[in-house]
Amino acid sequence: MSATLTQKKSIASVKSNAESFLFILPAVLIFSVFYIYPFSQIFNLSLREWDGISLSRPLIWFDNYKELLGDKIWWQSLWHAGYITLFALTFQNILAFALALACDREMKLKGFYRVVFFIPPILSEIVVALIWKWILYSGMQEGQHIGLLNYFLNRTGWHHLINNWLSNPETALTCIAIVHSWKGFGWGFIMLLAGLQTIDRQLYEAARVDGAGPLSVFKNVTIPMMLPVIVVVLILTVLGSMQVFVLILGMVGQGLVYHTEVPVTRILTAMQSGEPRFGYACAMGINFGMILIAVSFTMKLISSRMKQA
Amino acid sequence: MRRKSLPFFALLLSLSFISGCGGPVKQNDTVVIWHWMNDRDDAFRELTKRYEEETGNKVSFELYAPSVYSQKITAAAQARILPDVFGILNTKSVVASFIKSGFIANLNKDFAKDNSAWEKSLYAEAIASTRFEEGNVYDVEPGIYGVPIDITNLKILYNKKLLEKAGVNKAPETFDEFIEAAKALNRVGISGLVSGWGEVWMVDCFASNYAFNIMGEEKVLATFRGEVPYTDPDWIEVFRVFETLRVNNALTSGVVTKSNKDAEQDFALERAAFAFNGSWCVNVYNDMNAELEYGSMLPPPVSDKFPMKIWGGAGSSFMVNNTSPNKDKAVTFLRWLTARKQQIYLAQKIKNLPSNHFATASIPEILSEFASAMAHATHPTIWPLNEESMVTEKFDRGIQSIIIGEKTPQQVAQEVQEIKIRVMEKKKKKRK
Amino acid sequence: MNSCRVMKEAQSVLIHIFLLIVALTCLFPLFWMLRSALMSRATIFTDKSLIPSELIFSNFHTAWTEGNFGVYFLNSVIYTTSVVAGIVIVSSLAAFAFSRLQFPGKNFFFYMFVAAMMIPLPGSFVPLTVLMNQLRLGNTRIGYILCMINVGLSLSILLLKTFFDKMPSDLEDVARIDGCTKLGIWRHVALPLASPAIAVVVIFNSLNVWNEYILAQLLLNDKSLMPLQRGLMEFQGAHSVDYHLLMAGLTIAAAPIIIIYLFMQKHIIKGLSSGAVVC
Repeated sequence: MSATLTQKKSIASVKSNAESFLFILPAVLIFSVFYIYPFSQIFNLSLREWDGISLSRPLIWFDNYKELLGDKIWWQSLWHAGYITLFALTFQNILAFALALACDREMKLKGFYRVVFFIPPILSEIVVALIWKWILYSGMQEGQHIGLLNYFLNRTGWHHLINNWLSNPETALTCIAIVHSWKGFGWGFIMLLAGLQTIDRQLYEAARVDGAGPLSVFKNVTIPMMLPVIVVVLILTVLGSMQVFVLILGMVGQGLVYHTEVPVTRILTAMQSGEPRFGYACAMGINFGMILIAVSFTMKLISSRMKQA
Repeated sequence: MRRKSLPFFALLLSLSFISGCGGPVKQNDTVVIWHWMNDRDDAFRELTKRYEEETGNKVSFELYAPSVYSQKITAAAQARILPDVFGILNTKSVVASFIKSGFIANLNKDFAKDNSAWEKSLYAEAIASTRFEEGNVYDVEPGIYGVPIDITNLKILYNKKLLEKAGVNKAPETFDEFIEAAKALNRVGISGLVSGWGEVWMVDCFASNYAFNIMGEEKVLATFRGEVPYTDPDWIEVFRVFETLRVNNALTSGVVTKSNKDAEQDFALERAAFAFNGSWCVNVYNDMNAELEYGSMLPPPVSDKFPMKIWGGAGSSFMVNNTSPNKDKAVTFLRWLTARKQQIYLAQKIKNLPSNHFATASIPEILSEFASAMAHATHPTIWPLNEESMVTEKFDRGIQSIIIGEKTPQQVAQEVQEIKIRVMEKKKKKRK
Repeated sequence: MNSCRVMKEAQSVLIHIFLLIVALTCLFPLFWMLRSALMSRATIFTDKSLIPSELIFSNFHTAWTEGNFGVYFLNSVIYTTSVVAGIVIVSSLAAFAFSRLQFPGKNFFFYMFVAAMMIPLPGSFVPLTVLMNQLRLGNTRIGYILCMINVGLSLSILLLKTFFDKMPSDLEDVARIDGCTKLGIWRHVALPLASPAIAVVVIFNSLNVWNEYILAQLLLNDKSLMPLQRGLMEFQGAHSVDYHLLMAGLTIAAAPIIIIYLFMQKHIIKGLSSGAVVC
């Protein structure tokens, strides 16, 4: 009796499992063909020396990775991307959260702001780079500053701050980080706004009835409810900022010595140089991915610890 | 609820589109050409029309974004779907790799036909850029592997009005005169030289010009072979050219991160008195400021030991797919494309230097100034060997850091030499 | 009491000033793009007035015809609608399973998708091109669409799962008692409740596909299959750029995205009001 019952149960659970698996099947199928297969090929190539063209691809095992460990400019480029990321994580996300909170409340012009704040992400990189290059332009014509910022500094008497913004190693990367954060805060804004909108209004009411002030409501209701969305926004910020490169190409060309190199530009350089190094570029990509995974999972771990606490 | 089904309908609708029109099936006798030259696309299309009218044969040009073109060709080679004709946007060593893998046809026989009439009609320098000589370092079977369709020479341009304003009456002929001119310009608030040195190959080109002037071709090539170190006084002098430019404020501010398009805008809008640029600039300046009065000159020499050389002679070339069934048709079309009449059309339409020297007679004046510099032209593609790209990268970046005052010529020379030694050792190990 | 109100007023004014400044920095580039789109090749570098003396509206028409936008625009619409629809369906199914259903290997598969998002595959265009041609999908619309669905998949799954996790389970229980199947719960409970998140996914992927050109250039060979960004290439010569036409083209290209955003952002705000469940 009991044997058939468990059998029946297990058949039912197998059926249920299979049914559940069907939900992820389309995703897994597409993913296997268009991601896992190329990934296996790229990993294979990262163990080889190959110029992208020739028929022979000698296996050199982990030599590319070994060389990467000693590649100072690679680690430097990672640090640059890290700097831009830290900048975006703080300034961009604080701005995005503040604006989302503001637009979550009842206030005038709410709809206007909601639309306007999403203009930078929509704008083409071409336009963004052109505008910011004009703002940060450092040249002069007939004794006049052409760049908006330098012109402004000159007019307001801050002569000592006039700078060669994009060709000065001390300011170039920060300028890029600012422009990147400005272009990207709209994403954080709408995702956080979407998150805020799904919080049950009754929770706020209940907290207020209990006599909690706005700060305490924010700390005890908003933050815990928003934690998963915040983590996603943080992860996406890390991803987007670590992989920034179109903006850099647009603003400083192939770069200011090595001061504006980021991992993706290093990978492109390796792939498109006069003697292309595909194997090395692949090793860079995989090394870079591992680092990103480590960072993201650490963030996830910290957030789940925070939840438990 | 009904609105939720919108995406499903959209999907159905677009699926019907997808199945309705897959890619049009290409007729097999059409010669397909892939290229990245977006400023020439209209002219090419017009020429294909004429070609079809004249001969009844079909040719189709497909244009791709320059930023992805190299990758497109690389991927197509691996998937064995290269078109009948294609350009390669890279160094000779990459071209060599394509040849050795059997992707590019050797055109020796075609060029030799009719007593080498075709070969003789084109500039020797242009042909040389696609030729592999006997015993070349790339181990490629000797021969001509591409058809040059135009030529690019890189020179210095000067703004006549601005120089006059600064009291400089003639274009500087030596480097010292150039520095003096820059000082005079500075006194009246005008910037000196602008160039797209955010694109490092242009830095490389400028430095290479001076290396040829200071030490001559033999010594430059000996350095590439590893027989002369970069710490040699002659190379230090090359680096010092950039230091002198910086110290005397002869470069526009921000030159190291400028794209060449931005640099061209600066010169066209008279924000800088000098520009280092290629012959394509004639068209660009004309578009941005038709009233710009300018002349062209060789980079002013530092030394009189060796003649000044500029990069030129090489331009864009087309390669023929070795496995294409349309090989002969493709060659016939390329021969037609580089004939005098079509070359004149191309030169007038896009203001590029023609690769056919019979066409040079009927081009605009400033262009013929560029063409007349042919005697001074040299190019990495015609040298028997090139520097390793890792060394070149360090070299160019080093010069950038001299320009922003971060490093001295000696420091840069040291660093470049270190990389050179490392690369040489690695190569030696590989050979073993 | 009074001073408290004054403080609050002052606070609100300060907030508004801050918001307006941020809004201004966002609007300025849009204004600049439109301004440049209405100038001519001759005036674009010389006319420095805020509103140019002569406005050339025909630039939009010129850009449309010279850029051959008719074909490219239609292609982009096809690609964007099918990729976004595909991503919404495939990723919401998967995210629902990862969030609400139990099956062995669940965590493994979920973390596989998340990890994939992190690893950039430089040079993956080589194996991808080879593969597509072996599958006879090279130079076809469907091949490009499938590739683009894959590009947006991981991120959309992560985003949707996060929102499904937040969903209250009582509605789901009610639906189950009412005899809804798993698919029914996905369709009638999960999707409507997560509509703000779906709106974000739609906006994100629309923008991504609409602006994509690298993969299109690599996988497609025929001009007739290329998306809108190919048209913009006509104005950016290797050396000379027709800035006025480029800006007109960019404005045309941005318009549909702005419309999608205007339409979708309402869903972000709609929130939890639609609680009714119909099986």
